[in-house]
Amino acid sequence: MKEDWRNHMRRWAPYALTPLIILAALPAIGAGPWLTLTVAGLTMGIMLFLVASGLTLIFGLMDVLNFAHAAFVTVGAYVTVTVLRPLAGWTMQTSLTLNLIALLVALIAAAAASGALGFVFERVIIRQVYGAPLRQILITIGALTIIEQLVVVIWGPQALVLPKPASLRGSVFIGSSPIETYRLAALAVGLAVALAMHLFLRRTRLGLVVRAGVENREMVQALGYHIRRVFIGVFMAGTALAGMGGMMWGQYQETVNSQIGDSMTILVFIILIIGGLGSVGGCFIGAILVGLTTNYVGFLAPKMALGSNILLMAAILLWQPRGLFPMAEH
Amino acid sequence: MTAGNDAILRLQGVHTDIGRYRILHGVDLAVRRGRVTMLLGRNGAGKTTTLRTIMGLWRARQGQIIFDGQSLTALETPHIARLGIAYVPENMGIFGKLTVRENMLLATAPRGFAQPYLDRVLDSFPMLKVKWDSAAGSLSGGQKQMLAIARAIIEQRRLLLIDEPTKGLSPAMVDQLVGALLRLKAEQTTILLVEQNFRVAEAVGDEVAVMDEGRVIHTGAMAALAGDDTLQHRLLGLSMAAAL
Ligand SMILES: Nc1ncnc2c1ncn2[C@@H]1O[C@H](COP(=O)(O)OP(=O)(O)OP(=O)(O)O)[C@@H](O)[C@H]1O
Ligand SMILES: [Mg+2]
Repeated sequence: MKEDWRNHMRRWAPYALTPLIILAALPAIGAGPWLTLTVAGLTMGIMLFLVASGLTLIFGLMDVLNFAHAAFVTVGAYVTVTVLRPLAGWTMQTSLTLNLIALLVALIAAAAASGALGFVFERVIIRQVYGAPLRQILITIGALTIIEQLVVVIWGPQALVLPKPASLRGSVFIGSSPIETYRLAALAVGLAVALAMHLFLRRTRLGLVVRAGVENREMVQALGYHIRRVFIGVFMAGTALAGMGGMMWGQYQETVNSQIGDSMTILVFIILIIGGLGSVGGCFIGAILVGLTTNYVGFLAPKMALGSNILLMAAILLWQPRGLFPMAEH
Repeated sequence: MTAGNDAILRLQGVHTDIGRYRILHGVDLAVRRGRVTMLLGRNGAGKTTTLRTIMGLWRARQGQIIFDGQSLTALETPHIARLGIAYVPENMGIFGKLTVRENMLLATAPRGFAQPYLDRVLDSFPMLKVKWDSAAGSLSGGQKQMLAIARAIIEQRRLLLIDEPTKGLSPAMVDQLVGALLRLKAEQTTILLVEQNFRVAEAVGDEVAVMDEGRVIHTGAMAALAGDDTLQHRLLGLSMAAAL
């Protein structure tokens, strides 16, 4: 009985962490800014999730830690600039419909461009280094630099502006708390993508194959599935998600430079470690935790924002050495 | 033994290397349609390596593997599986994070479960019904083995390769498993079965092949080997004779 209860606690504790932190922040911050910061944290978390989930899935399935992942974020952000420029007629009007259509076009273009580049990248580079971790690290770090340099060659060295569409610029008030409209839109889109991912992984045969492959690739093949085809699909999906993350992040910052992907890298790795490498669910919780912590601590003690995430990671690792949702050994 | 033309699987002079080591040194083996062929031999004789080579998980360096008239030697594992060969590996290959249902579903054709097969499997292993939506990782060793075999027969197969299914099981579980294997045998399922427990081999085997040091050193009827203590001793050594 007691054992049962303990197991129960252990299973549910990782899920309770996020609500606990949100509640604990309320008295520390005060009701007014708390809501603003919570929405900001959730939005940042969901954007980080888009980037981190692809990376963790690629690692879980293929044992490839792709250090070039940030490059796909950067490409997504730059493609957004290029796509939205000719659509300025739509984004400058205060028509919410036209604004959203323009953003949707940009989102799809960013995902498509990063995913297509991901396809080539898997074929040409990753394929050579399956099962060779050291070479993976070297070659993907090298590729990161090369792609970022190519971005500079194509789009120039100076930062580019990416103004938010007119109707997503201001804030709405919930009670006395201002919430940026763009954040609400980004949160909705991010949650929709996360939900789609969840449904794909839980409800489709291919999603089942991916989850099984994370545990035991060899058995998946012995059951008749061509794992290489699954690899390339997951790699494209993962890089496409990074492109979406880049689009949403660049649009949020309203400026894009060739370091935009790199600027997320530390947080993304913290999220992967918190969630448990290879776990998409863990990645979601980790991303939300990091987004919230960054915003709460950024408000209370601005200089501590990054440090607090590292502390969060250390605390979670002391409690669960392999992250919140460790994957099976393979 | 007359391998006959009714052999559905035939290995001829199969050599397999693992890394720099040659593990199989010319394996010759025939598995007859509708029969249970036991693959016996001491630890390290090359039984697992033989099954893995048939599945394409290791590559044969030399020799031929013919399944129902088709060469498997150059095919990839998924392709081999799709010819109707199901493999139950030594470690069972259960996906612990997936539910029992999901483990089984993975082994079905794209249309999903075929009701008659599902009913038959759940009749044979009623425990699976109880655990249907539990994580497979929470099953006991014996239950996992049942699941592994259930997964192998959830579709019409032409050949089952099963590696040491009774390893580490309690005597009661071994009896249950033997019961399940005997039912498969009664349905004329073709099985190539690796087993260290001679009592199990005797109970379910029609034919037997004994391996040693990467070769098949004896083939014949299972009953003949079971009735000949001296031969058993010579072929299998003390370890298996002791299991009698
Ligand atoms: N991955 C591997 N790397 C190197 N050597 C291996 C590997 N797998 C098996 N071997 C070697 O190949 C030989 C045959 O092994 P195999 O597993 O086929 O034997 P087995 O008959 O199945 O034995 P057991 O009864 O112990 O399961 C052994 O000497 C073993 O050490
Ligand atoms: Mg073995």
